Amino acid sequence: MRYSQKSMATEENKNNGASSGAKPGAQPATQEGFVFLPLIAGWLVPGAGHFLLRKWGRGSLLAASVLGMFVTGLLMQGKVYSSAHDILDILGLIGDLGNGLLFIVSRLANLGADQVQVTTGDWGTRFIVVAGLLNVISAVDAHNLRTGRKS
Amino acid sequence: MTHFTAVVLFALFASTVFGITQRETPRQMIRYGIYCFVLFVGSAILLSWVMYFIAR
Repeated sequence: MRYSQKSMATEENKNNGASSGAKPGAQPATQEGFVFLPLIAGWLVPGAGHFLLRKWGRGSLLAASVLGMFVTGLLMQGKVYSSAHDILDILGLIGDLGNGLLFIVSRLANLGADQVQVTTGDWGTRFIVVAGLLNVISAVDAHNLRTGRKS
Repeated sequence: MTHFTAVVLFALFASTVFGITQRETPRQMIRYGIYCFVLFVGSAILLSWVMYFIAR
């Protein structure tokens, strides 16, 4: 059995889930392997958690959405937080960190504005923060798929 | 980029993620995604008109 099949709706897993009283439609939880791999992969690379579980369609749409929002934010000259001086900066930085490698690469490449100087730059900053938050939601969804909490 | 374009883009991306992550079947995902999109854009238009009349 491939890694990705361990929590998928194979006949074997369906039978195991039915006997353990799992939620109808949900896949049975398996503790084999590293269950946090889709969560971490999904956080680092948008959609990667779903790709690991062979959910190609969902993964592609999630990756396109997160990437689209992040790139749109950068094109709007949004700010990528690098340090935190007050509570709003801390919250923004936490949101940005949700982007995983996108955040690290954008910091290394000096992408994004240091100071918001145009009106659209303020929106762009929000787009980048929300992209990170959406990416975290996607990664948690991949984890739920992996553990069988969701089908 | 206009305000409205930004709203539509934001709604499109957020609705896609909400639809996929908050529902189980593809049919439910599409319905919930469209529902979220309409709420995002609709509430933005409604609030814009409210602010327009407040500012007058």
